[in-house]
Amino acid sequence: MTGRPTTGEPVLEVRNLVTEFPLRTGPFRAVDGVSFELHAGRTLCVVGESGSGKSVTARSILQIVDQPGRLVEGEILLHRHRTAKGAGADDTVDLARLNPRSSAIRAIRGRDVAMIFQEPMSSLSPVHTIGDQIGESIRLHGATSRRDARRRTIDLLRQVEIPDPESAIDRYTFEYSGGMRQRAMIAMALACNPSILIADEPTTALDVTTQAEILDLIRRLQQSHGMAVMFITHDMGVVAEIADEIVVMRHGKLVERGDVFAIFERPEHAYTRMLIDAVKALDRPSRRRLAMRAAKPPGAAVLDIDGLEKVFHLSSGWFGRKRSTLKAVSDLDLRLRAGENLGVVGESGSGKTTLGRCILRVLEPSGGTIRYETRSGEAVDLTALDRAALTRIRREIRMVFQDPFASLNPRMTVQQVIGEPLLVAGLLSGRDLARRVGELLEMVGLPAASMERYPHAFSGGQRQRIGIARAIALDPKVIVADEPTSALDVSIRTQVLDLLLDLQERLDLSFVFISHDIGVIRYFCDRIAVMYKGGIVETGETETVCAAPDHAYTRSLLSAVPHPDPRVRGEKKRHRYVEQA
Amino acid sequence: MLAAFILKRLLWAIPFLFAVSIVAFALIQAPPGDYLTTFAATLAASGDVVDSERLDALRTRYGLDQPFLVQYWKWISGVLQGDFGISFEWQQPVSGLIWERMGLSVCLAVSTLLFTWALAFPIGIYSAVRKYSIGDYIVSTLGFIGLATPNFLLALVLMYIGVVHFGTDVGGLFSDRYQAAPWSWGKFVDLLTHIWVPVVILGTSATASLIRIMRANLLDELNKPYVTTARAKGLSEFRLLVKYPVRLALNPFISTIGWAFPQLISGAVITAFVLSLPTAGPLLLQALLAQDMYLAGAFILLLCCLTVVGMLVSDILLALVDPRVRYR
Repeated sequence: MTGRPTTGEPVLEVRNLVTEFPLRTGPFRAVDGVSFELHAGRTLCVVGESGSGKSVTARSILQIVDQPGRLVEGEILLHRHRTAKGAGADDTVDLARLNPRSSAIRAIRGRDVAMIFQEPMSSLSPVHTIGDQIGESIRLHGATSRRDARRRTIDLLRQVEIPDPESAIDRYTFEYSGGMRQRAMIAMALACNPSILIADEPTTALDVTTQAEILDLIRRLQQSHGMAVMFITHDMGVVAEIADEIVVMRHGKLVERGDVFAIFERPEHAYTRMLIDAVKALDRPSRRRLAMRAAKPPGAAVLDIDGLEKVFHLSSGWFGRKRSTLKAVSDLDLRLRAGENLGVVGESGSGKTTLGRCILRVLEPSGGTIRYETRSGEAVDLTALDRAALTRIRREIRMVFQDPFASLNPRMTVQQVIGEPLLVAGLLSGRDLARRVGELLEMVGLPAASMERYPHAFSGGQRQRIGIARAIALDPKVIVADEPTSALDVSIRTQVLDLLLDLQERLDLSFVFISHDIGVIRYFCDRIAVMYKGGIVETGETETVCAAPDHAYTRSLLSAVPHPDPRVRGEKKRHRYVEQA
Repeated sequence: MLAAFILKRLLWAIPFLFAVSIVAFALIQAPPGDYLTTFAATLAASGDVVDSERLDALRTRYGLDQPFLVQYWKWISGVLQGDFGISFEWQQPVSGLIWERMGLSVCLAVSTLLFTWALAFPIGIYSAVRKYSIGDYIVSTLGFIGLATPNFLLALVLMYIGVVHFGTDVGGLFSDRYQAAPWSWGKFVDLLTHIWVPVVILGTSATASLIRIMRANLLDELNKPYVTTARAKGLSEFRLLVKYPVRLALNPFISTIGWAFPQLISGAVITAFVLSLPTAGPLLLQALLAQDMYLAGAFILLLCCLTVVGMLVSDILLALVDPRVRYR
């Protein structure tokens, strides 16, 4: 499989690693007695939900844990003699013994062990060129001239398939797209031909199609360079796609460790089973939903979008003359029936969020009509409403946002957050308001007593429940949910989706559900609309579209979704969608 | 891209300065009376009596009896030809008066700026990197004291110490014998021995606030993911610090360079009075009090030019330093 034979001997051994963060209440063990091995040419996936300590483990290896965290116990043995960099004689370094500021560990960082990070935008300096940042790595570990370093940088950019590397080298981070930034980051990591590559959620911030390309790239480079890869992720689909071995972490401890097939097919620990089941559940329609639709099929259209258009003016030229514009949504038709869940899927930049915001008139549509049937039964065009009418309509169409951390005001109590729409609408106040907020909290599965607390006291999943309680406070008809589960851990995703289904049944809701995650859409949505470059390329029953996509773009999108089964890895032929001119 | 930007800004500056000159002229004329009224009042206070005929003659000579727009036109057309008029009070061309004072002002301001930066940047970086260490606490405490002390008070204290303990003369920028002397090496050295007092006084509070800003800016940057990336490459802590977070923490400073320009004239008037510095600030104040309109008008116009130019300079610097700026 690799250029060099894979020996049974590990290149890196982590034994009983403990990393602590001193807190006021005493030391907090972010990593607690973790042991694993990395082998040349093989990929170890570290899986776990947020807060499981997987990132800290990775950073501990290079001793770049954020202040004030520090390694307290354990060994990190780097067997350099087993890598291409080794001199032949036994040359084993215990990284845990090195001072984090010593030149000894600095010589290993980037040269023997390189790392790539999650957020390709913020992980690269915004004010230095890409070439500068890659060239720096090259010159740091080898005495090369500026000219040679530049040549090597261009070569690296070509290896990671960045188009036109000669000019791309002098561009800045913000001129690169998300996928290209991650490619540049990989090029930077490869600068000194490291024997170990640590990838900390490198594809989490990317679209599925870009993710599939980056995974391909990492795999190819691993094969040609014979690197050992440690890949950190929370996505079991990605794990199934690339892992040779798996380490499952929870609360800083290693839960289970083993071969990829063993873990997926015979998980021993209950937590591992739960993780895998949660992902598999999302790969088929919710039974609950099917039962609900059988009992009560969707009714007439509540929302009928016709020829919607939204144009953004990007820059104004001399003295306000308009120069460039961006059509975020163009000529879009869409229909939402009463009691139905409509999934809108697409990559970032496809205009799905703009669509959601146009429905609520948070953004002013540039053209088209949105016909909406109000609770009282009259049909109105949302695009033509005045302020007062809009205020009334906004009580009936509500929104749930993606980021449960950013969408709740940290200085308001939960009661204030949920009660605000009621207060603004002038419906309730004082004790009645408190009682209603209590009811709403119980409806979303939180204790009514928690209304006194502030958002920071809740976990991500709980905060999203608060956001949902705020959305249903005014007893709406339609909820536009913009990626409501993408910031949540897998095990919580299904819970939140089930909660939304539950509320749908009780409150007679219809959902416009915006997501990039096909699994989530398949579970939750009756119909699906696939968006591409501001328009809808395909709509239909979710299962029909997923099983037999009509449009070439849908096919490409579906083929990029990693499947949580290591046996079918590589069976799907992935193809890139190329627009016909 | 950048050239078009500069050109555009310069073109915009023309109507702006024109409008400002009208407003400035109107403001100078706004108080009741004119220079001659003030002049007569001063003379009357010292017992002299001025006959109104002479005043009227002077008024006609200076053109003070003409309508506002005519006076303005006379002034602005002169300014466009480089003639700023004659100061009533000093009976000298305005340009001569201004340039001498401005030279010393610039000299003082630049020295103060260099002093401030040389002190504030390293200390600010230190106190951000060693956050909550004893050194940080000491520096922060000193910084707050510096921030809270009024400049003129510090000036009085330093003067007292200078006179009582060192027996030196600390007022002004020159010793008596160089006061009116032409420029020479001796005069320059004399300037150096005097200038440190106002530099320290003016620089103290600026340094203190700059330390706080630098510390806050840098603390924001220190935990950014790109710092971790750089560390993972194997850069040493010092090189990493200087190349990445410090570089980004400097951006907000560049926008403040623009504010330093108008400070050349209007800054530190009180301190300049206390130390009797021959800089532009006191002269401006005096000109305004005496309704010496050509002198005051020239100063205000200069102030506006400096503001416009200062902002332009800092915008250009920012665009050069931060590649993201140009494209937004």
